[in-house]
Amino acid sequence: MACEDAFTQFLLRMGDNTLILGHRVSEWCGHAPVLEEDIALANTALDLIGQTQMWLGLAAEVQGEGKSADDLAFLRDAWDFRNVLLMEVPNGDFGRTLMRQFLFDAWHSIQLGRLMKSSDDRVAAIAEKASKEVAYHLERSADTVVGLGDGTEESHRRMQEALDYLWPYIGEMFQSDETDAEMVKAGIAPDPASLREEYDTLVSRVLTEATLTIPESRFAHKGGRTGAMHTEHLGHLLTQMQWLQRAYPGAKW
Amino acid sequence: MKNEWPLWEIFIRGQHGMSHRHVGSLHAPDAEMAIKNARDVYTRRNEGVSIWVVEANNISASSPSDKGPLYEPSESKVYRHPTFFDIPDEVGAM
Repeated sequence: MACEDAFTQFLLRMGDNTLILGHRVSEWCGHAPVLEEDIALANTALDLIGQTQMWLGLAAEVQGEGKSADDLAFLRDAWDFRNVLLMEVPNGDFGRTLMRQFLFDAWHSIQLGRLMKSSDDRVAAIAEKASKEVAYHLERSADTVVGLGDGTEESHRRMQEALDYLWPYIGEMFQSDETDAEMVKAGIAPDPASLREEYDTLVSRVLTEATLTIPESRFAHKGGRTGAMHTEHLGHLLTQMQWLQRAYPGAKW
Repeated sequence: MKNEWPLWEIFIRGQHGMSHRHVGSLHAPDAEMAIKNARDVYTRRNEGVSIWVVEANNISASSPSDKGPLYEPSESKVYRHPTFFDIPDEVGAM
Protein backbone atom coordinates (compact mmCIF):
# COMPACT_ATOMS: atom_id res chain seq x y z
CA MET A 1 0.00 0.00 0.00
CA ALA A 2 1.40 3.37 -0.99
CA CYS A 3 2.02 5.64 1.96
CA GLU A 4 -0.31 8.39 0.65
CA ASP A 5 -3.17 5.90 0.48
CA ALA A 6 -2.51 4.70 4.00
CA PHE A 7 -2.23 8.30 5.20
CA THR A 8 -5.58 9.14 3.61
CA GLN A 9 -7.16 6.09 5.23
CA PHE A 10 -5.76 7.10 8.60
CA LEU A 11 -7.12 10.65 8.23
CA LEU A 12 -10.53 9.33 7.20
CA ARG A 13 -10.56 7.14 10.30
CA MET A 14 -9.89 10.14 12.51
CA GLY A 15 -12.33 12.43 10.69
CA ASP A 16 -15.11 9.88 10.34
CA ASN A 17 -14.97 9.08 14.05
CA THR A 18 -15.52 12.71 14.96
CA LEU A 19 -18.05 13.27 12.16
CA ILE A 20 -20.30 10.35 12.99
CA LEU A 21 -20.10 10.81 16.75
CA GLY A 22 -20.62 14.56 16.31
CA HIS A 23 -23.77 13.87 14.33
CA ARG A 24 -25.02 11.33 16.86
CA VAL A 25 -24.46 13.73 19.76
CA SER A 26 -26.16 16.55 17.84
CA GLU A 27 -29.32 14.41 17.75
CA TRP A 28 -29.77 15.36 21.41
CA CYS A 29 -30.11 19.04 20.57
CA GLY A 30 -33.43 20.14 22.06
CA HIS A 31 -34.05 16.74 23.67
CA ALA A 32 -31.58 16.47 26.57
CA PRO A 33 -33.04 15.94 30.05
CA VAL A 34 -32.07 19.41 31.26
CA LEU A 35 -31.18 22.66 29.50
CA GLU A 36 -27.60 22.71 30.82
CA GLU A 37 -26.86 19.22 29.47
CA ASP A 38 -28.50 20.12 26.18
CA ILE A 39 -26.09 23.01 25.70
CA ALA A 40 -23.13 20.95 26.86
CA LEU A 41 -23.94 18.15 24.42
CA ALA A 42 -24.42 20.61 21.56
CA ASN A 43 -21.03 22.15 22.40
CA THR A 44 -19.42 18.73 22.31
CA ALA A 45 -21.06 17.96 18.97
CA LEU A 46 -19.82 21.26 17.55
CA ASP A 47 -16.28 20.60 18.80
CA LEU A 48 -16.34 17.22 17.07
CA ILE A 49 -17.66 18.66 13.81
CA GLY A 50 -14.95 21.33 13.98
CA GLN A 51 -12.31 18.63 14.36
CA THR A 52 -13.89 16.78 11.45
CA GLN A 53 -13.34 19.80 9.20
CA MET A 54 -9.64 19.68 10.01
CA TRP A 55 -9.20 15.91 9.63
CA LEU A 56 -11.29 15.55 6.48
CA GLY A 57 -9.81 18.76 5.06
CA LEU A 58 -6.36 17.25 5.38
CA ALA A 59 -7.63 13.88 4.08
CA ALA A 60 -8.93 15.60 0.94
CA GLU A 61 -5.61 17.42 0.52
CA VAL A 62 -3.51 14.26 0.90
CA GLN A 63 -5.88 12.32 -1.34
CA GLY A 64 -5.24 14.89 -4.08
CA GLU A 65 -8.42 14.30 -6.07
CA GLY A 66 -9.62 17.89 -5.77
CA LYS A 67 -12.28 17.04 -3.18
CA SER A 68 -13.19 19.09 -0.12
CA ALA A 69 -13.98 18.08 3.46
CA ASP A 70 -17.66 18.66 2.61
CA ASP A 71 -17.46 16.30 -0.37
CA LEU A 72 -16.03 13.60 1.88
CA ALA A 73 -18.64 14.15 4.58
CA PHE A 74 -21.73 14.42 2.42
CA LEU A 75 -21.06 12.52 -0.79
CA ARG A 76 -19.66 9.19 0.35
CA ASP A 77 -21.79 6.14 0.94
CA ALA A 78 -21.77 3.92 4.02
CA TRP A 79 -19.03 1.54 2.82
CA ASP A 80 -16.59 4.43 2.34
CA PHE A 81 -16.79 5.48 5.98
CA ARG A 82 -13.94 4.51 8.29
CA ASN A 83 -15.32 5.30 11.74
CA VAL A 84 -15.35 2.62 14.43
CA LEU A 85 -18.75 1.01 14.97
CA LEU A 86 -18.98 2.51 18.47
CA MET A 87 -19.61 5.92 16.88
CA GLU A 88 -22.65 4.87 14.87
CA VAL A 89 -24.64 2.86 17.42
CA PRO A 90 -27.87 4.66 18.34
CA ASN A 91 -27.79 7.04 21.29
CA GLY A 92 -30.11 5.00 23.49
CA ASP A 93 -30.90 6.87 26.71
CA PHE A 94 -28.90 9.78 28.09
CA GLY A 95 -26.81 7.36 30.19
CA ARG A 96 -25.77 5.29 27.21
CA THR A 97 -24.91 8.40 25.23
CA LEU A 98 -22.64 9.63 28.01
CA MET A 99 -21.12 6.18 28.52
CA ARG A 100 -20.26 5.98 24.81
CA GLN A 101 -18.88 9.51 25.01
CA PHE A 102 -16.67 8.56 27.93
CA LEU A 103 -15.45 5.33 26.31
CA PHE A 104 -14.53 7.31 23.19
CA ASP A 105 -13.15 10.39 24.98
CA ALA A 106 -10.75 8.19 26.93
CA TRP A 107 -9.37 6.68 23.70
CA HIS A 108 -9.47 10.02 21.92
CA SER A 109 -7.47 11.87 24.57
CA ILE A 110 -4.74 9.21 24.59
CA GLN A 111 -4.64 9.05 20.79
CA LEU A 112 -4.39 12.85 20.43
CA GLY A 113 -1.62 12.94 23.04
CA ARG A 114 0.41 10.58 20.85
CA LEU A 115 -0.49 12.40 17.63
CA MET A 116 0.85 15.66 19.03
CA LYS A 117 4.27 14.06 18.51
CA SER A 118 3.47 13.03 14.93
CA SER A 119 6.21 13.32 12.31
CA ASP A 120 3.65 15.19 10.17
CA ASP A 121 3.34 18.81 11.34
CA ARG A 122 -0.23 19.12 10.10
CA VAL A 123 -1.36 16.09 12.09
CA ALA A 124 0.47 17.35 15.18
CA ALA A 125 -1.17 20.78 14.83
CA ILE A 126 -4.70 19.34 14.54
CA ALA A 127 -4.05 17.05 17.51
CA GLU A 128 -2.77 19.94 19.60
CA LYS A 129 -5.86 22.02 18.87
CA ALA A 130 -8.30 19.14 19.40
CA SER A 131 -6.67 17.86 22.57
CA LYS A 132 -7.75 20.87 24.63
CA GLU A 133 -11.37 20.33 23.65
CA VAL A 134 -11.14 16.62 24.23
CA ALA A 135 -9.56 17.05 27.68
CA TYR A 136 -12.72 18.90 28.63
CA HIS A 137 -15.01 16.33 26.97
CA LEU A 138 -13.30 13.59 28.97
CA GLU A 139 -13.53 15.49 32.25
CA ARG A 140 -17.22 16.08 31.70
CA SER A 141 -18.18 12.60 30.49
CA ALA A 142 -16.11 10.90 33.21
CA ASP A 143 -17.80 13.02 35.90
CA THR A 144 -21.22 12.18 34.52
CA VAL A 145 -20.44 8.46 34.33
CA VAL A 146 -19.35 8.54 37.99
CA GLY A 147 -22.35 10.67 38.98
CA LEU A 148 -24.87 8.38 37.31
CA GLY A 149 -23.07 5.09 38.00
CA ASP A 150 -22.75 5.91 41.68
CA GLY A 151 -26.14 7.62 41.75
CA THR A 152 -29.59 6.20 42.30
CA GLU A 153 -30.56 2.56 41.87
CA GLU A 154 -32.11 3.35 38.50
CA SER A 155 -29.22 5.43 37.17
CA HIS A 156 -26.75 2.74 38.28
CA ARG A 157 -28.75 0.05 36.50
CA ARG A 158 -28.97 2.11 33.31
CA MET A 159 -25.23 2.84 33.32
CA GLN A 160 -24.36 -0.82 33.85
CA GLU A 161 -26.66 -1.76 30.97
CA ALA A 162 -25.02 0.89 28.81
CA LEU A 163 -21.56 -0.41 29.66
CA ASP A 164 -22.58 -4.02 28.94
CA TYR A 165 -24.07 -2.96 25.60
CA LEU A 166 -21.13 -0.81 24.50
CA TRP A 167 -18.20 -2.85 25.79
CA PRO A 168 -18.02 -5.21 22.76
CA TYR A 169 -17.46 -2.12 20.58
CA ILE A 170 -14.34 -1.02 22.47
CA GLY A 171 -11.90 -3.54 21.02
CA GLU A 172 -12.11 -2.17 17.50
CA MET A 173 -10.31 1.02 18.54
CA PHE A 174 -7.19 -1.04 19.33
CA GLN A 175 -7.06 -3.31 16.29
CA SER A 176 -4.04 -2.79 14.07
CA ASP A 177 -3.79 -3.46 10.34
CA GLU A 178 -1.52 -2.65 7.38
CA THR A 179 -2.63 0.97 7.34
CA ASP A 180 -1.56 1.34 10.95
CA ALA A 181 1.74 -0.39 10.21
CA GLU A 182 2.43 2.18 7.46
CA MET A 183 1.58 5.03 9.83
CA VAL A 184 3.87 3.67 12.54
CA LYS A 185 6.69 3.24 10.00
CA ALA A 186 6.28 6.84 8.83
CA GLY A 187 6.12 8.08 12.43
CA ILE A 188 2.74 9.68 11.71
CA ALA A 189 0.58 7.78 14.21
CA PRO A 190 0.96 5.20 16.98
CA ASP A 191 0.05 1.54 16.74
CA PRO A 192 -3.57 1.37 18.02
CA ALA A 193 -2.77 -1.72 20.08
CA SER A 194 -0.17 0.28 22.03
CA LEU A 195 -2.90 2.51 23.48
CA ARG A 196 -4.80 -0.29 25.19
CA GLU A 197 -2.88 -0.48 28.44
CA GLU A 198 -3.17 3.24 29.18
CA TYR A 199 -6.82 3.08 28.14
CA ASP A 200 -7.63 0.18 30.45
CA THR A 201 -6.00 1.95 33.39
CA LEU A 202 -7.93 5.16 32.79
CA VAL A 203 -11.26 3.50 32.08
CA SER A 204 -11.13 1.06 34.97
CA ARG A 205 -10.25 3.86 37.40
CA VAL A 206 -13.35 5.85 36.40
CA LEU A 207 -15.68 2.85 36.11
CA THR A 208 -14.59 1.56 39.51
CA GLU A 209 -15.32 4.96 41.02
CA ALA A 210 -18.68 4.76 39.27
CA THR A 211 -19.29 1.41 41.07
CA LEU A 212 -19.76 -0.29 37.69
CA THR A 213 -18.56 -3.76 36.69
CA ILE A 214 -16.40 -4.03 33.59
CA PRO A 215 -17.53 -7.00 31.47
CA GLU A 216 -14.93 -9.75 31.26
CA SER A 217 -15.43 -10.59 27.60
CA ARG A 218 -12.87 -9.25 25.15
CA PHE A 219 -15.09 -10.06 22.16
CA ALA A 220 -14.97 -7.16 19.73
CA HIS A 221 -17.31 -6.18 16.91
CA LYS A 222 -15.25 -4.92 14.00
CA GLY A 223 -15.46 -3.75 10.41
CA GLY A 224 -16.02 -0.01 10.82
CA ARG A 225 -12.50 1.37 10.65
CA THR A 226 -11.61 -0.93 7.74
CA GLY A 227 -14.93 -0.28 6.01
CA ALA A 228 -15.50 -4.06 5.70
CA MET A 229 -18.90 -3.93 7.36
CA HIS A 230 -20.74 -1.17 9.19
CA THR A 231 -23.80 -1.70 11.35
CA GLU A 232 -27.23 -1.18 9.83
CA HIS A 233 -27.43 2.07 11.79
CA LEU A 234 -24.88 4.00 9.72
CA GLY A 235 -27.02 4.06 6.57
CA HIS A 236 -29.95 5.48 8.50
CA LEU A 237 -27.72 8.13 10.04
CA LEU A 238 -26.37 9.11 6.61
CA THR A 239 -29.83 9.52 5.10
CA GLN A 240 -30.46 12.24 7.66
CA MET A 241 -27.00 13.80 7.62
CA GLN A 242 -26.61 13.82 3.85
CA TRP A 243 -30.13 14.34 2.54
CA LEU A 244 -29.76 18.04 1.75
CA GLN A 245 -26.68 17.61 -0.43
CA ARG A 246 -28.25 14.54 -2.03
CA ALA A 247 -31.55 16.30 -2.78
CA TYR A 248 -29.99 19.61 -3.82
CA PRO A 249 -26.51 18.76 -5.13
CA GLY A 250 -24.01 21.55 -4.57
CA ALA A 251 -26.44 23.67 -2.54
CA LYS A 252 -24.69 26.47 -0.62
CA TRP A 253 -25.90 29.01 1.90
CA MET B 1 -39.59 19.40 42.78
CA LYS B 2 -37.51 17.13 45.04
CA ASN B 3 -35.64 15.79 42.02
CA GLU B 4 -34.65 19.22 40.75
CA TRP B 5 -31.00 20.17 40.92
CA PRO B 6 -30.31 23.25 43.03
CA LEU B 7 -30.02 26.67 41.43
CA TRP B 8 -26.59 28.28 41.19
CA GLU B 9 -25.77 31.93 40.59
CA ILE B 10 -22.91 32.40 38.15
CA PHE B 11 -20.28 35.13 38.31
CA ILE B 12 -17.73 35.57 35.56
CA ARG B 13 -14.65 37.74 35.31
CA GLY B 14 -14.27 38.87 31.72
CA GLN B 15 -11.09 39.18 29.69
CA HIS B 16 -10.41 42.72 30.83
CA GLY B 17 -12.80 42.91 33.76
CA MET B 18 -11.44 43.71 37.19
CA SER B 19 -14.13 41.92 39.13
CA HIS B 20 -16.55 39.03 38.71
CA ARG B 21 -19.98 40.04 37.46
CA HIS B 22 -23.24 38.22 37.85
CA VAL B 23 -24.20 36.78 34.46
CA GLY B 24 -27.16 34.55 35.27
CA SER B 25 -28.09 31.30 36.92
CA LEU B 26 -28.36 27.61 36.09
CA HIS B 27 -29.09 24.22 37.63
CA ALA B 28 -26.44 21.68 38.59
CA PRO B 29 -26.11 18.77 41.04
CA ASP B 30 -22.98 20.17 42.73
CA ALA B 31 -20.49 23.04 42.60
CA GLU B 32 -18.10 21.26 40.27
CA MET B 33 -20.82 20.56 37.72
CA ALA B 34 -22.11 24.10 38.14
CA ILE B 35 -18.70 25.39 37.01
CA LYS B 36 -18.72 23.02 34.05
CA ASN B 37 -22.26 24.03 33.10
CA ALA B 38 -21.33 27.70 33.46
CA ARG B 39 -18.38 27.10 31.16
CA ASP B 40 -20.74 25.67 28.54
CA VAL B 41 -23.59 28.11 29.00
CA TYR B 42 -21.78 31.41 29.60
CA THR B 43 -18.23 31.26 28.20
CA ARG B 44 -18.74 29.76 24.74
CA ARG B 45 -17.77 33.00 23.06
CA ASN B 46 -14.62 33.53 25.04
CA GLU B 47 -16.33 35.77 27.59
CA GLY B 48 -14.43 34.80 30.67
CA VAL B 49 -11.19 33.94 32.41
CA SER B 50 -12.60 33.02 35.82
CA ILE B 51 -15.87 31.56 37.07
CA TRP B 52 -17.45 31.74 40.52
CA VAL B 53 -20.54 29.74 41.40
CA VAL B 54 -22.69 30.24 44.49
CA GLU B 55 -25.69 28.14 45.38
CA ALA B 56 -28.59 30.56 45.13
CA ASN B 57 -30.02 29.75 48.56
CA ASN B 58 -26.71 30.84 50.13
CA ILE B 59 -27.24 34.38 48.94
CA SER B 60 -28.98 36.73 51.35
CA ALA B 61 -30.66 39.62 49.61
CA SER B 62 -32.00 42.94 50.76
CA SER B 63 -35.75 43.16 50.76
CA PRO B 64 -37.44 45.46 48.22
CA SER B 65 -39.78 46.70 50.98
CA ASP B 66 -36.77 48.07 52.88
CA LYS B 67 -35.93 50.33 49.97
CA GLY B 68 -36.86 53.50 51.87
CA PRO B 69 -34.74 53.10 54.99
CA LEU B 70 -31.88 51.44 53.12
CA TYR B 71 -31.33 53.73 50.17
CA GLU B 72 -33.31 56.94 50.35
CA PRO B 73 -31.26 58.62 53.11
CA SER B 74 -28.27 58.84 50.77
CA GLU B 75 -30.22 60.54 48.00
CA SER B 76 -29.95 64.01 49.56
CA LYS B 77 -26.27 63.79 50.39
CA VAL B 78 -24.55 64.88 47.19
CA TYR B 79 -21.42 65.81 49.16
CA ARG B 80 -20.70 62.10 49.48
CA HIS B 81 -19.84 61.95 45.78
CA PRO B 82 -16.18 62.78 45.19
CA THR B 83 -17.11 65.04 42.27
CA PHE B 84 -15.95 68.27 43.95
CA PHE B 85 -12.29 67.47 43.60
CA ASP B 86 -9.99 67.96 40.64
CA ILE B 87 -8.25 64.67 40.07
CA PRO B 88 -4.64 65.06 38.89
CA ASP B 89 -3.97 63.49 35.48
CA GLU B 90 -1.17 61.36 36.96
CA VAL B 91 -3.71 59.39 38.95
CA GLY B 92 -5.12 57.83 35.79
CA ALA B 93 -8.42 56.00 35.64
CA MET B 94 -10.31 55.89 38.92
